[in-house]
Amino acid sequence: MRQVGSSETNPPPLEVHDLTVAYQKKPVLYGVDLIVPQGAMVGIVGPNGAGKSTLIKAVMGLLPLSSGWVKIFGRSYRESCQRVGYVPQRESVDWDFPINVMEVVLMGRYGRLRLGQRPGKRDREVAAECLDKVKMLPFAKRQIGNLSGGQQQRVFLARALAQESDLYLMDEPFLGVDAATEAAIVEILRELRRQGKTLMVVHHDLPSAREYFDHLLLLNMRLVAFGRTEEIFTPENLQTTYGGRLTILSEVVRVLSTQSENR
Amino acid sequence: MDKENAEMNAELIPRFTWEHVVMAPWRENGSFTIWIVLMGFFVTAGCGLIGNYLLLRRMALVGDAISHSILLGLVVGFLIFREVTTPVMFGAAVLTGLLTVGIIEFVHRQSRIKVDAAICIAFTLLFALGVVILSVAEIGGPVHIDAECVLYGEIAFVPLEPLVQMGQFVLGPPSVLRMGLVTLGVIALIAIFYKELKITTFDPGLAAALGYRIGVWHYGLMGLLSLVIVSAFEAVGAILAIAMLIVPPMFAAELSDRLVGRLLWTVIHAVLSSLLGYHLAVWLQCSVAGAMVVMAAFLFVLIWWAKLTVRGLHRYLMSIKLNRASEV
Repeated sequence: MRQVGSSETNPPPLEVHDLTVAYQKKPVLYGVDLIVPQGAMVGIVGPNGAGKSTLIKAVMGLLPLSSGWVKIFGRSYRESCQRVGYVPQRESVDWDFPINVMEVVLMGRYGRLRLGQRPGKRDREVAAECLDKVKMLPFAKRQIGNLSGGQQQRVFLARALAQESDLYLMDEPFLGVDAATEAAIVEILRELRRQGKTLMVVHHDLPSAREYFDHLLLLNMRLVAFGRTEEIFTPENLQTTYGGRLTILSEVVRVLSTQSENR
Repeated sequence: MDKENAEMNAELIPRFTWEHVVMAPWRENGSFTIWIVLMGFFVTAGCGLIGNYLLLRRMALVGDAISHSILLGLVVGFLIFREVTTPVMFGAAVLTGLLTVGIIEFVHRQSRIKVDAAICIAFTLLFALGVVILSVAEIGGPVHIDAECVLYGEIAFVPLEPLVQMGQFVLGPPSVLRMGLVTLGVIALIAIFYKELKITTFDPGLAAALGYRIGVWHYGLMGLLSLVIVSAFEAVGAILAIAMLIVPPMFAAELSDRLVGRLLWTVIHAVLSSLLGYHLAVWLQCSVAGAMVVMAAFLFVLIWWAKLTVRGLHRYLMSIKLNRASEV
């Protein structure tokens, strides 16, 4: 089992044991073992079809597990779902839905409300604060279809912030956003880490992954490596993760060579 | 030649007079008129409100499916209990509705068959079973369910039903009361569970992550849909009920991009299409349910066309402005 600094008293934010997930009897994730320490900012990296989104969804119980178990803060997902914030892929919802920005962010508060209970004044205040953090407050009354891709992604991030969680699971939050938005999102993620939150972020771009995250999780149907970025980001690990894909490998060589040049 | 055409038209389309088409039905036959219009309103509003959620969940065809497969439930329910009371009807409808949705999901999940094909397989199979059992039962005993009535319904018969009385008070025809209660129930449930229906429709992934049981909401909505459809059956039949599930939300979608707004416009649309549809039927002396659906669709086309015109006009004015600016 790969373990990076855990204490006996505080259960780790995320513990995964022997996790296997299959779609239509075809396994997409095999025997993943993982303990994520508190306060880590983990980048989940791997080629297309490596099971990155599957891992996140399986952790939240959105997919049936073929084997293994998941513990969030030492309990089942259902017991600690209040402590988990989720940013789904942007394509997972219908952006023509008749709903405005504020209503989407308020959904982040729905986990705290009872059956039939409406969001109250406090929920609206929190939602407005979160919108302000991602600089989307002026758009609060805008229908979500009238936003750019980057703005939509920031609304999703604000919704996750409104969940006020301890563990954040994010599925490709940088997909299709411009450079300025990407920088703004990274800054918000770092702020969350400073507050002691744990983050797991699916990311597709290898060079920036090394820069953004203090932990990396290399995935290709199996867990290739998990640990501190400086220990994990090696040519051997990346080659195992990406196989013989030349374009990606040449990218890695480029990244590593610029790294040595900088030294 | 022109004169001949005019005479033929006069026969085909009765002359429109304000007195005959608009005033007389209320003055001379008020109670008759009010029950028909009220029934039309309850059907359109109940179906339309649920329809908003169907459209947003991309499940428009499921309404079609359930409205057909309910025939099987009604036939089997009748054969078992030998009566068509409200509890039997409702129970049979909900069970067949859920069975239909269950079969659709099972077929879709256990094979490579896509959802649209799975829907067609499920409801045609159940409908065919209903037809077979119905025809067998007709031969074996004194059972007769009018297939035409199931398909088209006849809203004009509604006021002819024996009125339900409660002591001194006349409450109204049973089918109108039943449809009214179901529609009020739909409104109440949407009002109470507005938040839950919204999040499970918009982002089921997040809803599940937050601990919502999306299956419960999905099947709950399908059960409610079955109740609405079976209550609407007598008035408009299986085919026109489908129109009422889809047309009002389409009308509302043209007018509002907020969910609350769409629900309100759906109710307004229900008032207009039942009232105007009834008068259309009086004028043309045609099927009332048919006229209400035609009116409902006409209102949608009207709004759609008006929006296109406004947009076109706006663009035209903008281009004039731009031209002037460039000339200066």
